[in-house]
Amino acid sequence: MATHGAQAARFEQTSFAVGDKKLGMWVFLASEVMFFTGLIGSYIILRWGASSSWPAPGEVLNVPITAGNTFLLICSSVAMVKAFASIEEGNQKGLKLWLLATIVMGASFVGVQAYEYTELVHHGFTPASGLYGSTFYAMTGFHGFHVTMGVLCMIWVLGKALRGHYTQENHQGVEVIGLYWHFVDLVWIILFTIVYLI
Amino acid sequence: MSAEHKKPRYMLVWGGLAVLTAIEVGTAFMVRSALSGFGLSEQTMTMLIVLILIGLALWKALLVALYFMHLKWETRALKWLAAAPLLPATVMVVVVLMEYV
Repeated sequence: MATHGAQAARFEQTSFAVGDKKLGMWVFLASEVMFFTGLIGSYIILRWGASSSWPAPGEVLNVPITAGNTFLLICSSVAMVKAFASIEEGNQKGLKLWLLATIVMGASFVGVQAYEYTELVHHGFTPASGLYGSTFYAMTGFHGFHVTMGVLCMIWVLGKALRGHYTQENHQGVEVIGLYWHFVDLVWIILFTIVYLI
Repeated sequence: MSAEHKKPRYMLVWGGLAVLTAIEVGTAFMVRSALSGFGLSEQTMTMLIVLILIGLALWKALLVALYFMHLKWETRALKWLAAAPLLPATVMVVVVLMEYV
């Protein structure tokens, strides 16, 4: 873009010195922190306030499968960061391949979660299964929705990458979707611990 | 923007996250029996495990934020913006916990 240099100069005058999309994403992520804190806060109230005892880790939920899924999401984050590093060096092929790898791993995460849900429902564990069921499905469900949205957005970004939209100088779109994706990974790290292991 | 910083060692962070995840799962399932000889009460044991697990999760979250989200190389202003929601979030969790602990 011809205006890119002028834009960069303008950013440096702002106190954040970053692009507008990137700043917007960070503000959005700040609101997302509060969204998930709301869910976690409710979880604390419902769990510690519950009269009946909470199932021990692994009693109802399949921890080995979800630990594997957690690892998969961490790997997808690495692929995303590799996609960003590729375009920073002007490597178009690397950008496309790593983006595709991120999408495949992200979609697989949702697939494993869907499998987990069907297995749990099959064994009679539904959102109506007491506070444990409600909080489990609310927290993992909202996170799964975030992952799904991330995968859809990345497919869109990959489409633009395939058309050669991103360059070594102009790739804010890749950086912004990357920030969202890593945030979703970060939230899962917290949720996996408090929902599955504690 | 972030072009001037030296390339982060992503694979090292990846390895760290993988190892920490394995330690977490191990902690959740093996620490109880490993510490059974120390005569800790059930409640102390649970508290200890919860604290270790939360600590490990926060450590992993910090690694993702610093290296994958490049916060380590961002401007001071952006770091503050990213950290801003942590204060109300912490207040909220602590206030809620104080009801029960």
